[in-house]
Amino acid sequence: MEAQYIYIGLAAAFGLFMAWGIGANDVANAMATSVGSKALTIKQAILVAAVFEFLGAVLAGGAVTSTIRKGIVDADLLVNSPELLIYGMLASLLAAGTWLFIASKNGWPVSTTHSIVGAIVGFAAVGIGIEAVQWEQVATIVVSWIVSPLTAGLIAFLIYLSVQRLILTQEDPLTQAKRYVPVYIFFAGFTITLVTLLKGLKHVGLDLSLTNSYLLATGIAVLIAIVGFIFIQRIEPDPKAEQKQHFHTVERVFAVLMVVTACGMAFAHGSNDVANAIGPLAAVISVARSGIVGAESALPIWVLVIGGGGIVVGLATYGRHVIATVGEKITQLTPSRGFAAELAAATTIVIASGTGIPISTTHTLVGAVLGVGLARGIEAIDLRVVGRIFVSWVVTIPAGAFLAIIFFFILKTVLP
Amino acid sequence: MGNMLANIFGTSPVQPLVNHVHISYKCVRELDGFFVAVIKGDWDSAVEYRNRITGFEHEADDLKKEIRLHLPKSLFMPVPREDLLELLLVQDKMANRAKDVSGIVLGRKMHIPPVIAAEFQEFVKRNVDASKQARKSVRELDELFTSGFRGAEVSLVESLLEELDAIETDTDDRQAALRASLFEIENEIAPVDVMFLYQVIELIGEIADMAERVGRRLELLLSH
Repeated sequence: MEAQYIYIGLAAAFGLFMAWGIGANDVANAMATSVGSKALTIKQAILVAAVFEFLGAVLAGGAVTSTIRKGIVDADLLVNSPELLIYGMLASLLAAGTWLFIASKNGWPVSTTHSIVGAIVGFAAVGIGIEAVQWEQVATIVVSWIVSPLTAGLIAFLIYLSVQRLILTQEDPLTQAKRYVPVYIFFAGFTITLVTLLKGLKHVGLDLSLTNSYLLATGIAVLIAIVGFIFIQRIEPDPKAEQKQHFHTVERVFAVLMVVTACGMAFAHGSNDVANAIGPLAAVISVARSGIVGAESALPIWVLVIGGGGIVVGLATYGRHVIATVGEKITQLTPSRGFAAELAAATTIVIASGTGIPISTTHTLVGAVLGVGLARGIEAIDLRVVGRIFVSWVVTIPAGAFLAIIFFFILKTVLP
Repeated sequence: MGNMLANIFGTSPVQPLVNHVHISYKCVRELDGFFVAVIKGDWDSAVEYRNRITGFEHEADDLKKEIRLHLPKSLFMPVPREDLLELLLVQDKMANRAKDVSGIVLGRKMHIPPVIAAEFQEFVKRNVDASKQARKSVRELDELFTSGFRGAEVSLVESLLEELDAIETDTDDRQAALRASLFEIENEIAPVDVMFLYQVIELIGEIADMAERVGRRLELLLSH
């Protein structure tokens, strides 16, 4: 079939474009705090992000990609007309991309995940039939969109509260910081590694026993904590800077921790968002190749590699500007606050990725930041933006669906 | 993408508030030199001081308006918005008093009786000290926000505010003593001039009063 190459080519092109967009816009959220607080230079941030986004996508992105690829649309109904799935997935990619483009032109805060899921549900429900959508799965996904920011908020709230009690309100915060931050580093490394090992690595063929997972996670975490400890010991108070801002040196200690959580965020983001670009592509590939909607066929690793690569390219080309811009605006997110938010968000996202649920990484991070704000950790939060985010939730899904339906019918007519 | 993360942060009022109290203090501080010139009878220098005072007071007013503009009701902060606005108001009043005092003294080319000149200057200096202590206290706002208005930082600020109270009480005592000294010699001076002298003393004393009110506003923030 000549057509299969056209389909795969189109899907790859759209998918790569989506991946590029994700790298360009979303990754900044993971790295901006580290750059803004000078824990990392932009070059270092890009390097760190590139490595960990890629690792996250390849090592832990499989479950969510599977969900996008075959978890939303009921494969059985398409046995007699597999090309509909191809048109639909292509349409979804186009729809999501278009909606994101419109949104960024207007400065609306929309989520890539919401867009693509809304688009897929849209084309399936209207283009094929209501029964074509696996509504139970969709319901789970939508519920998780509400639960994930709340969970991240709660975790961030607790983490920041502990930081205040243990370090910031003490007589000698610097000594306390040097004592406790390595412990936080351990927990950050442990949690993210453990969740990934327990849930995420099956698609890479790595299946460790429970005990081994815990042991390995502990080992890795201890290593990271030791490295962090060494860096922290080197930090000496700068009397002049302390004059201007008492917590200056304490924040430098937390900056070391921020590097670890930034890696975690990049990893988590890659694991969940790569699916937005690659899930539809994977679906198109498996149908175009075999001619049947094979629900059983495995997800090829190289598809994840393409997704991860696209994200990295987007990050390296346009993402650096976004990181710089965002970094300047979020100066209120000092390392002590930023780490709490990022660790909470990263943990929540990685759990979702492991369970195969596509959530909005940005919304989760915003939820975490609000959690820190509730612990009285942030000077000023603009609630109007929170309002706008709710509105964008409500609008994005129908918008994505609507666009997907239009594109679906266009492609159905145009393509062989 | 109208970056969500970036936009979630409103303009923090903390640094602008700290900047504002600094400008207010700079305005009050000029009174030291102003009165040295007045007592010497050097009206040219006095005019220069007066111009600087007016300049700082206008700067403070502009910054005050800016801050108010950027504190919409939709801003979620660890402390009530009204408390911060009240703090801003009393900070600003320190500068206003300084401007009022210098205006009256310059306008009448007031003569400070040599007998009370030294006592008078000490009184002015003490009020400037009060303003300085208020500024020192407000500067801790940043750290207060970081520590969530809890713990060691609160103790530090409370001791600063105790000192502020002590300075204000001192100015009250000095004001009473100065009025007594003036009373001794008031019959030797033209009645209208005497009345204005009393008024000026009272206005200067209000600077320390405003400084103490700044301290009280800070205490209110601490009590949340």
